[in-house]
Amino acid sequence: MTLPAVFFALFFAYPVVAIVARGLKTGGHWQFGRITDVLGQSDIRHVLWFTTWQAFASTALTLLIALPGAYVFARFDFRGKQVLRAVVTVPFVLPTVVVGTAFLALVGRGGLLDQLWGVRLDTTVWAILLAHVFFNYAVVVRTVGGLWSQLDPRQEEAARMLGASRWTAWRTVTLPALGPAVAAAALMVFLFTFTSFGVVQILGGPTFSTLEVEIYRQTAQIFDLSTAAVLTIVQFAAVGVILAVHAWSVRRRESALRLVDAAHTARRPRGAGQWALLGGVVATVAVLILLPLGVLIQRSFQGPDGFGFAYYKALTSSDSGAFLVPPIQAIGNSLQYALAATAIAVVIGGLAAAALTRRSGRLVRGFDALLMLPLGVSAVTVGFGFLITLDKPPLDLRGTWILVPLAQALVGVPFVVRTMLPVLRAVDGRLREAAAVLGASPLRAWREVDLPMVRRALLIAAGFAFAVSLGEFGATVFIARPDNPTLPVAVARLLGRAGDLNYGQAMALSTILMVVCAVSLLLLERIRTDRTTGEF
Amino acid sequence: MALLTLDDATVRFGGPSRNAHAALDRVGLEVAEHEIVCVLGPSGSGKSTLLRVVAGLQGLDGGRVFLDGRDQAGVPAHRRGVGLMFQDHQLFPQRDVGANVAFGLRMHGAARSEQQGSVRELLELVGLPGAERRAVASLSGGEQQRVALARALAPRPRLLMLDEPLGQLDRSLRERLVVELRELFGELGTTVLAVTHDQGEAFALADRVVVMRDGRIAQSGTPLDVWRYPADEFVARFLGFDNVVDATVAGEAADTPWGKVPVPAGSPQGRAKILVRPAGVRLVPPADAQLTCTVTTRTFRGTHVAVHLQATEAPRLEAACALRDAPEPGEEVGVAFDAAEIVVLDGASPA
Repeated sequence: MTLPAVFFALFFAYPVVAIVARGLKTGGHWQFGRITDVLGQSDIRHVLWFTTWQAFASTALTLLIALPGAYVFARFDFRGKQVLRAVVTVPFVLPTVVVGTAFLALVGRGGLLDQLWGVRLDTTVWAILLAHVFFNYAVVVRTVGGLWSQLDPRQEEAARMLGASRWTAWRTVTLPALGPAVAAAALMVFLFTFTSFGVVQILGGPTFSTLEVEIYRQTAQIFDLSTAAVLTIVQFAAVGVILAVHAWSVRRRESALRLVDAAHTARRPRGAGQWALLGGVVATVAVLILLPLGVLIQRSFQGPDGFGFAYYKALTSSDSGAFLVPPIQAIGNSLQYALAATAIAVVIGGLAAAALTRRSGRLVRGFDALLMLPLGVSAVTVGFGFLITLDKPPLDLRGTWILVPLAQALVGVPFVVRTMLPVLRAVDGRLREAAAVLGASPLRAWREVDLPMVRRALLIAAGFAFAVSLGEFGATVFIARPDNPTLPVAVARLLGRAGDLNYGQAMALSTILMVVCAVSLLLLERIRTDRTTGEF
Repeated sequence: MALLTLDDATVRFGGPSRNAHAALDRVGLEVAEHEIVCVLGPSGSGKSTLLRVVAGLQGLDGGRVFLDGRDQAGVPAHRRGVGLMFQDHQLFPQRDVGANVAFGLRMHGAARSEQQGSVRELLELVGLPGAERRAVASLSGGEQQRVALARALAPRPRLLMLDEPLGQLDRSLRERLVVELRELFGELGTTVLAVTHDQGEAFALADRVVVMRDGRIAQSGTPLDVWRYPADEFVARFLGFDNVVDATVAGEAADTPWGKVPVPAGSPQGRAKILVRPAGVRLVPPADAQLTCTVTTRTFRGTHVAVHLQATEAPRLEAACALRDAPEPGEEVGVAFDAAEIVVLDGASPA
């Protein structure tokens, strides 16, 4: 537990506190008056209001669209289910920048809808909401569907035998059992959308701005550190509340439910209604998830002289002016950074999960919640904090490459912990005892019993950490050096410049990034079993 | 008129393809009002499917189900007015005992005060007075069983179905509960259709036993009838009898691998299987016997000792003897047969 705690103190708490202090302290005095000042400004209030309501709207819309999907995945057995499950999960590990770009290609200026019907959504909030649904569909399907598939269908049958109609049986038996999972999923979606950065940065234009985007603007463009600090504190408080509610709902979820093997609860759809539902879910996935990605790929090939690899070729030359180096080098950078970040995240997260399994109590639960914080705290703040704190001895890391992986690992750790924890907790102590009685030393027992059971989860955790690191944008955009950009940073920089060539290159680079993420995810799907996975 | 009638009920699993197998194959069954019928069969014989069909939880691929003479096609499960007690009880874990029992009453729109009264009465009836506020998770297996029973009885179903009602309980509890159940159903006049794989449970509970095999009904009759005259080799072996051999019956004797064996007067003639109940295998001094065997094992069964005998060039034979007379393994004994304990089975020879 010591190593993870030190890691978080040094690379998370210290930079965040330092930057907040830098913003709110002038001449050695805390200026708390600034908080009310800033919150009094009408444009800031507008940002706060927009951040909150778009998060609510995104969450509601996601639940509305994804809950039927959760039902279909939990209760129906059909050909291609594995493929569909993988397709649904791909967006979750896609970098926000890619998602933003894909939706831009679909609903933005000159996008597919614009060409076909002259419809543009990038000036409305709908582009943001749809992108958020796209992202979080998998969160709901996995969290709610995972539990749903383990609920014994005979519970509903029991209710029906006592005179409940199909709907009443669902409402009185299944819904209460699902409730905590739905709440947990909703909170996660709310958290992700409340702190949304990449998507809003690209799709929001000048009109729409979330807290995170505003923090970025204040820090990087206006250099108003004190406003940024106040906003960071506000976001921190909000995220703290969300996580507290989440922790509480997770604990409620662990209440005594009758869980059965998910393999036995699904069956082929029967009747027109059920087939229609399945068809509807498949259509939703096609329109909502496959279409944007398809358009993105199509755009990346549609050069000025017709279809071809023009944009991909352009990525290899450095004379576009946006970079000191050919953008294609970003791929190598990204992969190296992500691998290093994954290694760090797995070690830190694995140790933390092991510590959480061994011990219990209030302190541990607090630590558990603390580990989730990096998911919600402004990545922009962390990135900027890195720059101003880790630049002097004894910790002068600014000139080293390790800075980027450290920031990325911070976001990867919560995923590792969430994936490992349920599996570690599920290892039955009696198995170890059985091994001991058969003559295995404790170390041997760990190797022969624990490791084979945990290995799968470890791989999955590593995969998630890799994908998340690869897509990390908010912190990396600050600390990646201009001559060593990562893929998401390069995409954002290309999008920030005018011209078809830059736009096309952004599409091409996004496509590459999407393929890397999708491939790593599909590899994960092969080793994943439904039983032994955590929340994600 | 029968309360429940199944008419050629057929259910196939695995779709319409070639490898579909019939879980219920043209089953015909009647249950009269106030009757307790127990369906007995090994796992996979289709007995649970039978209950689900009657409950309306499983659709039919052929045939019909009548309740009170009314065809139930298209009637959803919650409107059939039948109760089902699930194998593993399926108590609702989020609700306490009282709320579980009251669930059915609530679904039928009973007033709150009425619900409370009924719940109290039912919990008393099943021997758990005052348990309303207890959590389901805190109940022992036997108590869960009682709560499940109270819950199933609460809406006063015209037919109560029990799926392996005592399956998960330990032996002594099972033996006590089966007596309680029979008393209770007798008092209430409940019509019951139960399924079990345990013959002891079926015989103790039922007015009538129906033995199922591979989706068909193999035999139906009172427990005594089924026990005394198993219809075929399958039923005989399922009831635990192993002394079943091919024989040729002529008059009041049959030719078997064990030699000539007497059969009851009036037995069907010709080639058949015959069953020799262990009690019909008497051990006599070797000198007086037409067949001599070596004792291989001796198993203490409480009321008697089961002795396994190996004859030369004939199948093993099981005999039941009194505790005092049981021979030691390795001993040579003579065997005589008692016609009263021998049954000529239906000629149809199961695999």
